[in-house]
Formats: sequence, C-alpha cells, structure tokens
Amino acid sequence: MSKAQLFLTCLGDQFYTSTLQNMTHILERLGMELVFPPEQTCCGQPLFNNGFEDKTRAVALNFIRAFSKSDAPIIGPSGSCVSMVKHHYPFLFKDGTPEHALAVDIASRTFEFTEYLVNVLKVTDVGAVYPHKVTYHASCHYLREMGLKTEAKALLNAVKGLEFISLKEEETCCGFGGAFTVTYPEVSRSMMENKVRDILASGADTVVTCEPGCLMNVAGGLHKAGSKIRAMHIIDLLAIRESNVP
Amino acid sequence: MSETPTYIGFEEYSEHVPASIPSAVQQATSRFVGGRAARVAELPQWEELRQIGSDIRLHTIENMDVYLTRLEEKVKLAGGHVHWAETAEDARRIVLQIAKAHNVKMAVKSKSMATEEIGLNHFLEAAGIAALETDLGEYIIQLAGTGPSHIIVPAVHLKKEEIAALFSEKLNIHAPADPLELARIAREILREKFLQAEMGISGGNFLVAETGTLVMVTNEGNGRMCTTLPDLHVALVGIDKVIPDWESLTVFLKLLARSATGQKLSTYTQFITGPRHAEGEFGPKEFHLVLLDNGRSNVLKDPVGREVFKCIRCGACSNVCPVYKNVGGFAYGSFISGPIGAILSPQMLGTPAARELPYASTLCGACADVCPVRIPIPTILRHLRRRVAEGDEFSKPSIPLPLRGTAALASVALAWNWIYRLGARILPAINPFFRRDGWLSGLPYPLSRWTKVRPLPAFSAHFRQWWNVHSAEQRENSR
Repeated sequence: MSKAQLFLTCLGDQFYTSTLQNMTHILERLGMELVFPPEQTCCGQPLFNNGFEDKTRAVALNFIRAFSKSDAPIIGPSGSCVSMVKHHYPFLFKDGTPEHALAVDIASRTFEFTEYLVNVLKVTDVGAVYPHKVTYHASCHYLREMGLKTEAKALLNAVKGLEFISLKEEETCCGFGGAFTVTYPEVSRSMMENKVRDILASGADTVVTCEPGCLMNVAGGLHKAGSKIRAMHIIDLLAIRESNVP
Repeated sequence: MSETPTYIGFEEYSEHVPASIPSAVQQATSRFVGGRAARVAELPQWEELRQIGSDIRLHTIENMDVYLTRLEEKVKLAGGHVHWAETAEDARRIVLQIAKAHNVKMAVKSKSMATEEIGLNHFLEAAGIAALETDLGEYIIQLAGTGPSHIIVPAVHLKKEEIAALFSEKLNIHAPADPLELARIAREILREKFLQAEMGISGGNFLVAETGTLVMVTNEGNGRMCTTLPDLHVALVGIDKVIPDWESLTVFLKLLARSATGQKLSTYTQFITGPRHAEGEFGPKEFHLVLLDNGRSNVLKDPVGREVFKCIRCGACSNVCPVYKNVGGFAYGSFISGPIGAILSPQMLGTPAARELPYASTLCGACADVCPVRIPIPTILRHLRRRVAEGDEFSKPSIPLPLRGTAALASVALAWNWIYRLGARILPAINPFFRRDGWLSGLPYPLSRWTKVRPLPAFSAHFRQWWNVHSAEQRENSR
C-alpha cells in the first residue's frame, strides 16, 4: 500500500473540516495509507507574499520538520499552498545548508490533490456521482504557478451524471489574493462581484474550485447575493456517491 | 516644478473609483485582449519570439553603457544632437533651452510617456510655450487636464459621451457622441496647429544603437506630422529604450503591435536617423535626442527589479489585469499604470512614496502570461513587497509599524505549532456571537475588512479530533 502525508493547509484546517475528511476518504478508497503530522500549521505563504521573507523562514521550518519525519509524498487541497512549498521553499534557505537540502527534498514530494490523482495515480474516475450542472473557476496559483490546466476538468468529466458548463472568464482572478482581501477590500469586492456575476449567468447550479481561499471568497459572495448556487471544493464533489447525491 | 507624486494612495483612491471608469476600461481592454489572442494564435513561434525578445532586452540592460555610447556616436554621425538628462529637471531645462534658441512659440507633440514622466507640458506652458498634444487620446486628456490612464490608450477611462461633452465645453462647439465625428473635429483643429508649430516633440519606442535610429510606432499619423513638418524635432526618450541593432528590432516589432492593439503591425512605423540631409528630403532641419535617466541608472543596479526595463510599453499586462480593470489607471498615481506601473513606480519614486503599489495585485499572474518580453511581474512584486516590509540594500522598510508587528506575531504563532493549535481550538468559540445563516458577519477588525465585503465561513477546526478517532478505527480494521 502506498503512503502519503496529509497537508491540511491552514484555511482547510480552520474552515473546511469536511473537505479534509473527504480528502482522507477518497485517498483511502484509492488504497493509500495516510499519515497526519499534527505539528503542521500554515505553509507561511501569507507572510512570504506580503514581503516578510525573513519571518517566513521559521514557519517554513516548522512545516519542513513536521513533514520530514516520513519520506512519503505530501498531498494538500490547495494549489496555492502546494506551490509555496514546491516553488518557493527552496529559495528561502541558503544553498548548501541542511535546511536547504530538507526544503528541496520536501518540495520534490509535495503535490496538489488533483495533480496527485490524475498525474501520479493516473486516476480520473473516483466513482463520484453528481447529476447537476457544474461550472468551474480556475484558481490562479493552481493554474499558473502549478500549471494545472486539465486535471480538475478531467476529474469532473469522469463524474457520473455531471453536466459541465464553461464559465465566462474562467481564468480571471476572483479577487481573493490572500491578504489582498483585507488590504484593498473594495478592489477585492469588485473582482469578486464580477466573478459572481459570471457564475450567476452561467446557468450552472454548482461552481467548483480547487482552492479553499477562492472558495471562501466566491461562496461568501454568492451567499451575499442571495444565490442558491452551491460553491464547492472539488474534493467535496468527488466524494459524493450514489447514496448521498444532493 | 516637478509633477512627481510624493505619496501614492492606492487604497484611498480605490475606495472612491468613479463608477464609469471600470465599465469604460473593461469594454476597451476586452477588445484588446481578444485582438491580441487572435494575432498570437497566428504565430506558432510566439513563445520562442517572447524568449528571444526577453533575452535581447536582458542583454541590453546588462550592457547598456556600451549600446548608449554607440547610439550617441551614430546619432551624431547622422547629424543629430544628443543630450544627456540625468534628472527630470535637466530634461525640462534642455528642452526649454532648445525651444528658446529657436524662438519657439508653439510645439506639437506626439504621444510620449517620457514627457508625461517629467511633466513637460506644464513646464513649457509656464515658460510661455504652448505644447499641444496631437495624438487623439492625448489631445482628449489634455483638454480634460488629466494624465494618461493607460499606457497606449491614455483616455481609455472616458466613454464617447463624456468625450463629446468635454469637446463641447472646452471647444465651445456642439460635439456629437460619435467617435468618427469627434476625430474629425480634432483633426481639423490639429491640422492648422501642425502648420504653425515651430517645434515637434516626440518620444520613441526604440533607439537602434547600430545606426542611431529613433523608431516610432504609431497609428494616427500625427507622429509623422510632428516629426516632419516643423523644422525642429526634439525626441525625449528614456535610456532603457535602446536596443542593439535592426535584427533585434524585427523581433520587437513583431511582439509590440500584436501585444498592444492586436495588430500585426501598427499603421505607421517610422525610422528617424538624424535630420534631413538635403533640401527636398523629408524631416526637420535639426534633430535633438534627449536621453533621460531620471533614476533609471539607480534601478539598473538591482538585478531583480531592473527587469522592469525589458518593458516595450504594449499595455497587455494592464489589459488582462483584474485589479487594473476595476480601478482604472489613475489609482496608480503616476504616468505608467497597471501591473508594470506597480513595479516601476516603487523603483523610480522609491518605496516610501509608492509602498502601496506592490500590494495592488492578487499575484494572479495573468500579466506575466501575456508579457511579450516575459517580465516576471509577480516575482518583482514580491521582491518589492519585501523591500517595503523588511527593507533591503536599496531601501529601509516603509511599512506601517502595526503591520510589522502583526507579521511578527503571526510568524511566532505559526512557527510555534502549539500556539497555532491552541488558537484553532479557541476560534470556533466566537462562532455563536457572529453567526447568521451559517456564516459569520460583522466581525471585529481586522476581519471586519473581510466581512464588509462578504461573510466568512464559520470556524470549524475539528479535523484533528476526528483524525484521532478515524486513524484509531483504521488501525483497528487493519488488524
């Protein structure tokens, strides 16, 4: 049985317990043996992206230590957090230091959830059933930093009963951007409202994203607009079986 | 009389964006985005071309002294005059001296970001010399008394109705809200001015060091009038515009119009090598090239930040930027707006004056995807955020102290995982006080800045407890 370590991400940890449970169920159904390092907190991206590189190092070290106890791959439900570990950790530490070596090792075995399913396990059909009209928001770091253009759609296409509807400006940022939401709330609002407008116009009853951050933003926006459209993390959709179709 | 802003308040502006601006900007930019995509799709070697363009620009940046020396030599050889302007003030003084020496009363101008940068128009006006913009967009904003809000479409924030109202008011006529008619009115007025003006002022898209040639890429024909009708032509160009040779130029001409307006080539591409050499030839009697530094040499010392000078001013980054499209160009408080402005202004004006700009982005990366010379805009934004937050060899930190304190606390709480875990257990306790329909609203500062826009999901941190039970069950089952 192949092993993997669960990377919760701090937003997942604080707000999306059920998504993390569903991630666990799906991976176990696929035969993975999971471990969960409880020392993990946040990847440090909020500090890093706001210019606090020096202050990021201690946070990254906590992450690296937590996940270095096992050499199993690390799987997380966020392209953005995974990209932080994969693409930015190695640059936080000086070449030649033990920390750098650990960071490079951790980076090489950290994967985003859909990436791991489609590209490593070579699985697109996880036995999900969801007879609804579904549209998809491509999250920025998932799409551009991780280069994941087709993985989420491949998984959605394999869901029984699902009708896929393209979203206008699918690849335009929803206005989340981490601390951006509280740094420039009014700009974030305009961007979010544009995204919500396009989702409402799509005719779908469900919108899916692979990013907890975008999900918080878009779901909150839909709720505020009084819309009944469901906003879901792709993991929650993929966990739906015949017996619990909403 | 510098027009250099002392502090750019992006946030303050973003709270009061006139409602007409985003809709005008989005309408125009989506046309450009579509046009660009269509032209790019026709060129299978587009990505290679971008890389070559990037390589040439980097090479030039790293060897700028060599190419600038060659350029100066060749311009002089062609009979032109070359002036070095270290500061904006030097540049203004040089242009004024040339104008005064020729008894100039009126200058006609073609579109130039460098003259916007140094605030040339107001300076000349104050010295008694009329400086008239002849690019339609620039003419409009000159009438309106504002700066440009887009690199290539200076009046992009105005709708045709607003332009008609402006023409009616300023020109004392009845102007209809019809683009063709508005262009006709401007053309009629400008024709006369072209014939009267004693001096033409232009910028330049490229300076070819190989032959000392000024290259201008335009669409309206006014650039050609400005540089051929008056007997005196002064070109004000940033030193970053130099390129090695004509072979490199072919690369940039392929990249520029496609990225900017979705054209294969702009309507006019002018090559100006010195003044006219004989009577009967086109061109002015005298050609002056003013090379503007104005802080560029300083920026060139930063190996990360200087990639901003790869820019060929196409505006494609603004056209795809969701932040730009919702706030418009004035929010960036300087002559260059959009993502490229967000990485240029903090370097040219210093991070204390422009510290808000590197944060005016979600780091979505759409800009880097379309940049024809592959400027790593998100990387430079992060680099400048670091300069603001922690300081570096170029500047001390300029972030407000409370934010530094918050970051220090966050760093401790996230690095000492028992603090984080304790916090995660406490946070759900606030749910009952703010919950409505399953969402949290009206949270205290700083989360109030989130909930003023949309509610927050309720805190639900019980995966860790669930996992303990679940993993025990798993172990039980596999036994």
